[in-house]
Amino acid sequence: MKDWPEIFDLAVVGGGNAALCAAITAAQQGASVLILEGAPVAYRGGNSRHTRNFRCMHKGPMFPLTDAYEEEEYIHDLMLVTKGKTDEALARLAIRSSEKCLPWMMAQGVRFQPSLSGTLSLSRTNAFFLGGGKALVNAYYNTATDLGVKIAYEAQVTHVHRDGDLISHLEAEIAGRPVTVKARSFVLASGGFQADLDWLARAWGPAARNFLIRGTPYNRGVVLRDLLDQGAESVGDPTQCHAVAIDGRAPKYDGGIVTRLDCVPFSIVVNRDGDRFYDEGEDVWPKRYAIWGRLVAAQPDQVGYALIDAKSIDLFMPSVFPAVKADTIEGVAVAMGLDPAAVRRTVTTFNAACRPGPFHPTELDGLRTEGLEVPKTNWARPLDTPPFYGYQLRPGVTFTYLGLKVDARAQVHTAEGPIRNLWAAGEIMAGSILGQGYLAGFGMTIGTVFGRIAGKEAAAHVA
Amino acid sequence: MSLDLTLPTLSAMDEARRQIEICNACRYCEGFCSVFPAMTRQKAFADGDLTQLANLCHNCRGCYYACQYTEPHEFALNIPAVLAEVRVDSWERLARPQALARLFQSHGVAMVGLLVVILAWFFWAITALRPETGAGFYAYLAHNTLVAVFVPAFVLPLALIALSLRDYWREVGGGRVRLSHVLHAFGSAARMKNLSGGHGEGCNFEKGDRFSDRRRVFHQLMMYGFLLCFASTASGTLMHYILGWEAPYPLLSLPKLLGVPGGLMMVAGAAGLGWLKLKADPALGAARVWGGEMAFVLLLGAVALTGLGLYLVTGTGFVGPLLAIHLAAVMVLFLLMPFSKMVHGFFRLAALVAEAGKPAPASGGE
Repeated sequence: MKDWPEIFDLAVVGGGNAALCAAITAAQQGASVLILEGAPVAYRGGNSRHTRNFRCMHKGPMFPLTDAYEEEEYIHDLMLVTKGKTDEALARLAIRSSEKCLPWMMAQGVRFQPSLSGTLSLSRTNAFFLGGGKALVNAYYNTATDLGVKIAYEAQVTHVHRDGDLISHLEAEIAGRPVTVKARSFVLASGGFQADLDWLARAWGPAARNFLIRGTPYNRGVVLRDLLDQGAESVGDPTQCHAVAIDGRAPKYDGGIVTRLDCVPFSIVVNRDGDRFYDEGEDVWPKRYAIWGRLVAAQPDQVGYALIDAKSIDLFMPSVFPAVKADTIEGVAVAMGLDPAAVRRTVTTFNAACRPGPFHPTELDGLRTEGLEVPKTNWARPLDTPPFYGYQLRPGVTFTYLGLKVDARAQVHTAEGPIRNLWAAGEIMAGSILGQGYLAGFGMTIGTVFGRIAGKEAAAHVA
Repeated sequence: MSLDLTLPTLSAMDEARRQIEICNACRYCEGFCSVFPAMTRQKAFADGDLTQLANLCHNCRGCYYACQYTEPHEFALNIPAVLAEVRVDSWERLARPQALARLFQSHGVAMVGLLVVILAWFFWAITALRPETGAGFYAYLAHNTLVAVFVPAFVLPLALIALSLRDYWREVGGGRVRLSHVLHAFGSAARMKNLSGGHGEGCNFEKGDRFSDRRRVFHQLMMYGFLLCFASTASGTLMHYILGWEAPYPLLSLPKLLGVPGGLMMVAGAAGLGWLKLKADPALGAARVWGGEMAFVLLLGAVALTGLGLYLVTGTGFVGPLLAIHLAAVMVLFLLMPFSKMVHGFFRLAALVAEAGKPAPASGGE
């Protein structure tokens, strides 16, 4: 800290994608910038280090994207997942700006995969980072460092000091020591609060303590809480978080992408009591994927068990932990701590309800059960071919929706009006645009667009 | 009563299997090099699959710096290091005689040093048998003696390597070799495509998470320099036998036109690779063979340097001793070929050929 100026032009709270975009943009306009990253170096980058792609509007083929993905289709996709819970003006701003972000990202050292051999054919809508989000974060940190941006790690901001319509300074702990950070402008990009289990439990009830947190353990929403307590305007539903069903054996925090399980459409899923509770074949990825976290969260002990047979074990992406395997369905049940008789009963009933017909794993094939109270409407094949396999499912939280309300300049407001030198970017304000649901790669779009806006505004404020 | 609380240590192969299974569930690194598409072909990995992945890996380290699961994360992935261990193990396991390979892995530096000294004395001693007539080098060592000593020293190790490669091919389940696969493999090696980082900016070998093409450049200087030197020797041999034109050769002759630039490239390559090796993080490679690998780089440098030196001291009294040292270094390089880092070229090419012959990887991705 010895080479720090007494007062920075801009202090950025957070160290993920949005924070870095803001810092780089401001530094490129000549501002002196400090990044306060709460994590140690090895865990820098917040949830961005677990991300993989950037959803990008484009009017024609543009490396690495194919074809075209225009504004109306993009906003339509967003409306579908949010069911209208979005600020359409901000959403359109994010979508329109995304096209110019892509070349900017490349100019800052971010590299993309030429194409992806994935099953999802996302190469039209989403640009995939070569090496994933951590490679993106590394590139941005290198660019920021080359621009002279100062970076403090293990820097936890505890209080943003508001003085009327201005922020005067930050109170922080850097490597455990209290520090006052002075700056002329401030960008908050410190993420959501999903790593604070107490906060989640207040919103969700005690069941939330059984949730797994897929991303960084450092997104505890300290700065978000501090700003809300000081009257900042907010958006989003405080009781909501985005949860998917992941491998129940995943680490409590930071399991990331590998903990996903793609087996649900080819399985039957039972709860602790051995009963099915929802149509496993309702829809294709990714809609189905996004609802199962909530479904499992609503079951006793917040746990589910996907059962599958040898016919289907190779139809989905590899799992990080091997499946429980046995020669009989009872064997799998016992190995997973379930009542074998109850599971047998469920499987027998299910198998009897399956009808013969063509099976198409990659499309809605209409192969459905008949006469079940909880039907399976696609991919319904009897579990009859040993060996049998089982995966435990638990809700894995990816992000929370509650955040700060911002305007088109990314400025933070209170009931009395804007705070003149405070901007927000990334997950801390993403609820303004993504109020519900999930759209792959859109979080990175919001972070990049609003990070750049915040950085530009902050630099202009001090110029 | 005491409880043994120490965790069982996994063999390199088992540890590689653990790591690759996690890696294969992520697939963010697809695009860096051939290891990742090859990995997506299966969910479960037999030893042969891991051997193949390990020999495809060029230790560029790009995947390590991009990985969200490196330590302190509990998954503790370090793919470049574990593949380096499996790779070295495979060279050792498939080498013959194995006892010699094991000895080299543990005492490589001492072995190289000792052999160079012994052989240098040997060559110095046999110059006592030098012919009455003969110009240049052959004033010190008869051409026939040279041939008698070097042909077996070159052919025998190559034969041993061929046997190892046959075993490798069986272990990794390589199919029928087609010309197109071989051409594809040579094309990759010629450009070091797998060290391009997937975007033509090189690897992360020596500059942390920043990319650099230095290793690629130095490696190619070494490789092409070595090939030029080899061509130089071969052209000399042909000129000797077919044209009856004996060494020494003038500057504007094929052996010199190939050998001098080749030697200079090798010296530059060896210096560069040695320097980068000092800057690179040893924890991302096979730590136990670091010394042997460094010795190998220096040996290649010494071969080139003494070769160039011989040209410089032509006509002086230094030729005798320097020739002995040069020939000793060349012979050690050849003799240890099946056990030293030199085999990496053969195994890597075999891995690239095998990869070119495999079916396209299965699709995946979130």
